[in-house]
Amino acid sequence: MSSKGKDLVVAQEGEHEYATGLAVVAPDAIKDPGLEPHRVRMTDKSEKHAKNAERQVTAMFLASIVGSAFALWAYFAFPLSESDLGTVRSNTLFLGLGITLGLFGIGIGAVHWAKTLMPDAEVSEARHQTRGSEETRARAIEIIDLANQESGFSRRKLIRRTLYGALAFFPLPGIILFADLGPNPADSLKHTMWRKGTRLTRDPYGTPIKATDVTLGSVFHVIPEGLNESDHKLEEKAKAAVLLVRVEPEILKESDERKGWSYDGIVAYSKICTHVGCPVALYEQHTHHLLCPCHQSTFDLTNACAVVFGPASRPLPQLPITVDAEGYLVAQSDFNEPVGPSFWERKA
Amino acid sequence: MSTATANKKKGGFLAGTANYLDERVGVAGILKEFGRKVFPDHWSFMLGEVALYSFLVLLLSGTFLTFFFQPSMVPVVYDGVYGPLKGAEMSIAYSSTLDISFEVRGGLLMRQVHHWSALLFVAAAGLHMLRVFFTGAFRKPREINWVVGFVLFILGMAGGFTGYSLPDDLLSGNGLRIIDGMIKGIPFIGAYTSSLLFGGEFPGEAIVGRLYSLHIMLIPALILVFVAVHLFMVVIHKHTHYSGPGRRDDNVVGYPLMPVYVAKAGGFFFIVFGVIMLVAATFTINPVWSYGGYDPSPVSAGTQPDWYIGWLDGALRLAPTHLEFMVGNNTLSMNILLPMIVGIGFLVVVALYPFIEAWVTGDKREHHVLDRPRNAPTRTAIGAAGVTFYAVLWAGASTDLIATQFKMSLNQVLTSIQILLIIGPILAYIITKRTCLSLQRKDREIVLHGRESGRIIRMPNGEYVEVHEPMNEYDLYKLVDFKSYQPMLARPNDKGVITIRSRIRAKLSSFFFEERVQPVTATELEAAHDHKEIH
Repeated sequence: MSSKGKDLVVAQEGEHEYATGLAVVAPDAIKDPGLEPHRVRMTDKSEKHAKNAERQVTAMFLASIVGSAFALWAYFAFPLSESDLGTVRSNTLFLGLGITLGLFGIGIGAVHWAKTLMPDAEVSEARHQTRGSEETRARAIEIIDLANQESGFSRRKLIRRTLYGALAFFPLPGIILFADLGPNPADSLKHTMWRKGTRLTRDPYGTPIKATDVTLGSVFHVIPEGLNESDHKLEEKAKAAVLLVRVEPEILKESDERKGWSYDGIVAYSKICTHVGCPVALYEQHTHHLLCPCHQSTFDLTNACAVVFGPASRPLPQLPITVDAEGYLVAQSDFNEPVGPSFWERKA
Repeated sequence: MSTATANKKKGGFLAGTANYLDERVGVAGILKEFGRKVFPDHWSFMLGEVALYSFLVLLLSGTFLTFFFQPSMVPVVYDGVYGPLKGAEMSIAYSSTLDISFEVRGGLLMRQVHHWSALLFVAAAGLHMLRVFFTGAFRKPREINWVVGFVLFILGMAGGFTGYSLPDDLLSGNGLRIIDGMIKGIPFIGAYTSSLLFGGEFPGEAIVGRLYSLHIMLIPALILVFVAVHLFMVVIHKHTHYSGPGRRDDNVVGYPLMPVYVAKAGGFFFIVFGVIMLVAATFTINPVWSYGGYDPSPVSAGTQPDWYIGWLDGALRLAPTHLEFMVGNNTLSMNILLPMIVGIGFLVVVALYPFIEAWVTGDKREHHVLDRPRNAPTRTAIGAAGVTFYAVLWAGASTDLIATQFKMSLNQVLTSIQILLIIGPILAYIITKRTCLSLQRKDREIVLHGRESGRIIRMPNGEYVEVHEPMNEYDLYKLVDFKSYQPMLARPNDKGVITIRSRIRAKLSSFFFEERVQPVTATELEAAHDHKEIH
């Protein structure tokens, strides 16, 4: 077994033995022959080779100077021109190549120098246990004891405990300071810009859409009217973006509750994925599936956008729509549920 | 050092400087202590160096970028030189990123240097971790340094992600959108946490500025501190070396710091910097101008996160459908939580692995000689399983590209990867363990009977045999210099009870060491030689 093999490390001072655990050290293990004999390099043997190596290293360092000088020249020789963006490419390329040569020259030169001209015989150095010697450890304990005695840290319980208390409390104001990083979201996640009568408009121009513009199979990326003039354009858009599609009315499987939410086969669904909020921007015409390009959640447009594949769990919320007197598509109301990624306070 | 002393005697500028410094900061003592410190040489020890040097390049290029970048999300109308975006409304952050790319000489080059070195930093750190893992370099006394290195890897990912989000272009905004969605999925605090991070509703006008503070101050400062601790511990422990003749736990074999390592490592910094510069000069990365500024509505298909975030994105994709539940009146998004738990759980196991293995082996010795991966078959197999798990998650982030590139069904690709996530690591474990054990047996074979020479001779009796050439003692020692471990039995303690703890430990220990190959002993070697003479 392994009680005391040759590998059992003994501390320099203090005779400390360490458990070898489950290691098996055979008593007749093959003996370490010691370091391999050093192989002499050509540059060690012949002055000619050494001289050659010296020239090579010098050439590298000279090449480095040339490279850096080239980079300086390239900085001016390849200016950026407003009218020709191709100049960005040549500026980047030649400046970069010059600097590269400047760096490689130094790097390869130095390594070549080390490998050919500096001694390459490996040397061995003693390694000591990380653990301090018995003497050192005893002294360390003594210091801690002394500090304890002199301060009375263990003895004066009242001081010690109140100190713990104070240390526990002092970071609290620092933490509460961060509360104003953002407001309590309250109900903001549950509402969007859509109201009764808000016109559906084209993203990003904001021009209204007539029901007759939406031909069979076509897809419109939609934002609410007035979004572009809103104070919080991106925040509103991140909730209110909608995808509008027209299909044959008879293939829509609509629940009784949602019968009136579409208009003549035109349906509007939130474009914000119910998984983590990417825009569900891809529409596959012949399957009527909507696909989120981020994580491939797939929704069946004809079946109330139920999830048919991917990590999302909830259908995309539907925006109830109709047409106004002028034939433009308008919302009947806001979404009937929060859009976008789920969150804890979200009710079913 | 010898030149320094020689110069001191002669006088002159160098000696004067050395004397000045010694009398003020005690530089002679520092040189005496560290000047001839020995460093072992092996290509795999350069991986950590690559990470360190990439970090230095990140600091240099990043400082340049801060002089031009403006971390503000206030909308402006673009009026720069890039034609396609003229007149578009965008954030100042994005507009200043375009200006760096198109209107500052060398600006695009520095952006690309910064991005490429960030990718290289995380890659090199990851490979360095694998090297440390597979050679057992994390064993006592280096367990804490493993954890420090682990933290550095996480900080590297954090640095990368915060940086990726700064330009406020379409892709970075979408990355943030995903983070927002993930945070919102955390029970109880999700929605509020998201609001604290974004300063209100997503995307808000705060996030870029906040990430900027983290990216240029907090994260690099933490990385610097942890790098300092990491290297300080390397000095305390001295570097490990591979097993072989003359390499023991109580010595370190290699080249002295001055001059060989100063030249090699110093030169290597310039080579790493040079490679990054060459790649940055010739290969475009993150062309932020191609998709425009962030807008929550459009997204382009086939976009990928930077490679080191891929495995987390893959975990999100692989979650099965319909994992969201109602808990009373609240929503529990297990489709978000499960990937987070899997990801964090994986990281926790990685961080704690040294302590788990130490407990199983019960080994309290210091280890400074590295294992060859084959000589620790179970550890190597566990590592291979971990790598496979990570790689499958990573592939999971590219399901759409795999499907379109290889003309396969997206759904089948995803389902296959889900199955592979479970089966892949198990297969990798079995194959790796078998391979390691076979390699060990082959090593025994070579030690006992020599190398196959490929020369076939015909004996007088008509028998054909291959000539085996004996190895020299140094090469031979490389193949036998390892320890074999014996599984532990569950033993009763002082009270005569076999505790559950000791049962678990015995189970784990037999899992680790049940199958093992012992190194060839001197007796066996002798017997083999005698046998050959008879033959």
